[in-house]
Order: sequence, then C-alpha cells, then structure tokens
Amino acid sequence: MQLAKEVKYLIHKEVLLEWRSKYTINGVLLYVVSTIFTCYLSFVSLGDKLTWNALFWVIMLFASINGVSKSFLQETKGQQLYSYILASPAAVLISKTVYNTILMLVLTTIALGFYTLVFDSFTPPDLLLYYVAVVMGSISFSTVFTMVSAIASKAGNGGMLMAILSFPIIIPVLILLIKLAKNAVDGLPWENSYDEIGMLFLVNVLTVATSLLLFPYLWRD
Amino acid sequence: MNKTWWKILGSVLVIYTAIAGLLLGVPRLPILNESIRNLYFHVPMWFAMIVLFSISVFYSIKSLSSMSEIDDIKAVESVNAGIIFGLLGLVTGAIWAKYTWGQFWSFDPKQNFAAISVLLYFAYLILRNAIDEEQKRAKISAIYNIFAFPMMVVLLFVLPRLKDSLHPGNGGNPGFNSYDLDSRMRMVFYPACLGWILIGYWVYTIRFRLRSLENKQQHN
Repeated sequence: MQLAKEVKYLIHKEVLLEWRSKYTINGVLLYVVSTIFTCYLSFVSLGDKLTWNALFWVIMLFASINGVSKSFLQETKGQQLYSYILASPAAVLISKTVYNTILMLVLTTIALGFYTLVFDSFTPPDLLLYYVAVVMGSISFSTVFTMVSAIASKAGNGGMLMAILSFPIIIPVLILLIKLAKNAVDGLPWENSYDEIGMLFLVNVLTVATSLLLFPYLWRD
Repeated sequence: MNKTWWKILGSVLVIYTAIAGLLLGVPRLPILNESIRNLYFHVPMWFAMIVLFSISVFYSIKSLSSMSEIDDIKAVESVNAGIIFGLLGLVTGAIWAKYTWGQFWSFDPKQNFAAISVLLYFAYLILRNAIDEEQKRAKISAIYNIFAFPMMVVLLFVLPRLKDSLHPGNGGNPGFNSYDLDSRMRMVFYPACLGWILIGYWVYTIRFRLRSLENKQQHN
C-alpha cells in the first residue's frame, strides 16, 4: 500500500504545482484554441466530415505532445533527484501518467466542445462513441508520451528528440483512433468498433507494462 | 557460431535461389506473370529484418542488466544490418508494386506500416547520436529499443490484419500458400528465407567485429 500512498501524494503535488501557476493547462488550451481557429480560417471551404475528423486528431496530437512533454522535460535535475530519493520509480511513473491523463481529458473535452462549436456541421451523430474515442485517445497519448518524454529528458535534448522518438510509436495508436472516430462520424453501430477499442486497450496495457518494467532503469542515473 | 559451415550454407542457399528462382518453373498467374519470382527476393528481406531486430532487442535487454559495452555494440549493429534489409524490402516491394498494382507507392497499409517501422529504427539511431556519454547512451537507447519493439510488432503483424490490403492474404485476397506457393515454389522460397537470414546474421557479425576493433583502437 506504500505505492498507492506515494502515487496519491505525487499526483496531489503535480496538481498543486499546476494549480499555482496554471501555466501548462492555460498554455496548451490557448494553443489548441488558436490552432483550431487557424484551421477553421484556412480550411473553411472544405466540407468533408472525414477531413475534419482527421484534422481534429492531428491538432490533438500536437497539443498533447506539447502538454505531456512538459512532465519530465520541465523538471530540473534537482527536482528529479528529490523525487528519486523520496519515491519509488513506479510511483513516479504512475503518478505522472495519471496526472497527464487527467490533464489530457480536461483538455480534449474542452477542445472537442470548441471544435463542434466552431465547425457546426462537424457534430458527429454518435457523440458518445466519439467521446469514447477521445477518452481512449487521452489515455493512450499520455501513456506513450510520458515514457517518451522521460527518455527524451534523460537524453538531455528536449523538443526535437521528443517529436522524433514519439511519432513512429504513436502512429499505430493514431490510426486506430481515427478509425474509431470515423465510425462515430459515420454513425455505425457500436459492434463495428469493438475491434478498435479492444486493440487500443491492448496497446495501452502493453505500453504501461513495458514502461513500468523499463522506467526503473531509466530513472537511476 | 564461430564455425564457417553456416556461412557457406547461407552463401550456397542464396546463390541457389538466385539461379533457381530465375530459371525454375513458376505457376502462370494473371497480373503477376513472371514477376511472381520476386517472392523469392522480397519476402526473405522481411524475415531477415525481423530476425535481426529481434537479436537487437535481445542484446538490449542483456545490456540493461549487464551494462557491458559489447552487448550495446551488438544491439546497435544488428539494428544497422536490419535497417539495410528493411530498406531492401521496401525497394523490392515498390518495384513489384509498380508492375502489379500500377504505382511504386500504392498506399497499401503494409507498405506504410513497414515504412513507419523503419522510421522507428532511424529514430533509435538518431537518439544514439544525440547522447555523447557512452554508458548513458547504451542505457537510454536500450530502453527505447525495448519500448519500441512491441509497437513494431503491432505495426507489422496486427494492424495490417485490421485493414484492407492489396497484399495476398489480406482484405479478401487469397493468401499465397492457398493458390500459388505450389511445391515448385516452395523448393526455392524456404531455402531463400533461410539463406537470407543467415546472410543477414553474417553481415551483422562482420559489422560487430569491425566496430569492436575500432573501439579497441580508440581506447589504446
């Protein structure tokens, strides 16, 4: 139960730090809103719903890279050493992942709301299924990007490395997400989407398991 | 594997498949026609690549626990050799696609995913270049390699099955073994796979020896 206690404490710390500065959430929110607005102004003549769907996921992808990569890249060496002494590596990884998932959930929900508001014709017929895709997306983005940002921060070479390392890994997830969201846009019955939901679930379990196995090696300098 | 018999076996098999693959009889099929012979050269590249990348993951896991430099060199050199085979697989596939599907790049899921998985290993090599300190480089790149390997398996073996593909065995196309991998082709195809895997392993051992000699020179 030591682990659960540590995780709870660390999540509390992350949320508190974020609440004090409100930098990440506001920054990424503004980033998402201005990107959506830019896309709206540049693609306004495009009427195809599937293009809007793909565009939404591309915007989410870049927003989440920006949001999640903060988790390790932002911390100083001293901060990392401090949490290294205080908590087990598993607790650090789990707390960061859970915190990022919460952050991404808030962000994607607001983004989806804004997106349907701006693109009036976009509103998918099966909004619940679309929201399931959004939730699965938030979880998968944060599990993959948390680990990759840890690798990038240890390599000591922030932004570009983060993008190079995470894109090939996230592409399979992104393809599944776009397919799932497309089912919702087309208004297909839920039975057609169980394959994708199951696969996404499996990929996430795989990612979390390998991250938990590998993170202790990464964390120890 | 210090003996020479498997090197001789690999060379003999590859020479045999090159000659027999171009001369022996093949089934006459519409669209494919004589290009079906590319099966002996295109598919074994992927087998060799998968074997080399698996070797690399094995040594990455080993280097995480042993922290030895030799395991690290083995991991990176097998990736180097595997990428060559991945690129050859893409090129042979693209040429084959030109004559059967009409374009070099047909946006076939397997083509795209194979290209992405090659990108994955290029990212691995760039990650190595980004870190100067040897111990740290060995550790971090091993972690990325192990983390990326399950994703490559998903990309190459699971995702293409969910999508329609022009490749045989996908999207309602009958698999190769069902109609045209007849006994004549099997006589060449299986030796070709084994031969190219052995050649790939040989390339990797040579690269490894070269690299360790270079390292020794640097340390002296």
